[in-house]
Amino acid sequence: MNPADRIRVQTAAFDVGAEHTRIAALDQGIGAIASFTGLMRNRNEGDAVTAMTLEHYPGMTESALVEIVTAARTRWALQAVTVVHRVGRLVPGDPIVLVLTAAAHRGEAFAACEFIMDYLKTRAPFWKKEETPAGSRWVEARTSDDEASARWNPSRSAAQNDAGSRSGEGAD
Amino acid sequence: MLTVLYFARLRETFGIDRETLPLPAPATVEGLLATLRGRGGAWASELAPGRAFRVAVDQRVAGLDTPLAGNEEVAIFPPVTGG
Repeated sequence: MNPADRIRVQTAAFDVGAEHTRIAALDQGIGAIASFTGLMRNRNEGDAVTAMTLEHYPGMTESALVEIVTAARTRWALQAVTVVHRVGRLVPGDPIVLVLTAAAHRGEAFAACEFIMDYLKTRAPFWKKEETPAGSRWVEARTSDDEASARWNPSRSAAQNDAGSRSGEGAD
Repeated sequence: MLTVLYFARLRETFGIDRETLPLPAPATVEGLLATLRGRGGAWASELAPGRAFRVAVDQRVAGLDTPLAGNEEVAIFPPVTGG
């Protein structure tokens, strides 16, 4: 992993401003920082959601995130990347995930930030369980996320090297 | 012995988060899945061909033909939903 990169899986909240300040101070060759923050919504699939618990696969999660950032670095010239993903119980409005990408120019920063999120959604082993007034339920994977990830590799199919196949549930 | 881990919905459905199992025959991911399906019930239905689940061997995404030597950590889990 590049020493300028920060990859963390944590229960604690993160401070977007502090992370942005840190990455901006790393290298005076940085001309652009793209930032994505994912927040927990209070609705999903038409139902009220009062809380959610994020489970992950310790060990594989971190190595999957390192692999995703490494893949982004082979595509774009990046000075630094920060990925912070929370696990545990969250309530609506809580930040879930932060991706910061720093580059000389905005094109690389924007593209790498979107690429990392698209890959994270389909490759990093996190799972969400929602609490609704009708009880709790596991969030189903979305085919739209597979499509978003697959567009970065037009020559490969969305179902890459999977042991099981996607049944098409949960499409947007 | 293989260490087999289950996550998220599959962990809850199977009622177990980990177990140790001998090397299946054939010694592949598919061989392990066949052994687990042989338990019947939720094991047979959740791991049926065509169902949406993923397998990782030593924390890397694996395919049905991925070989097993006998000391790996194999994880079986639903499609991921982070971010």
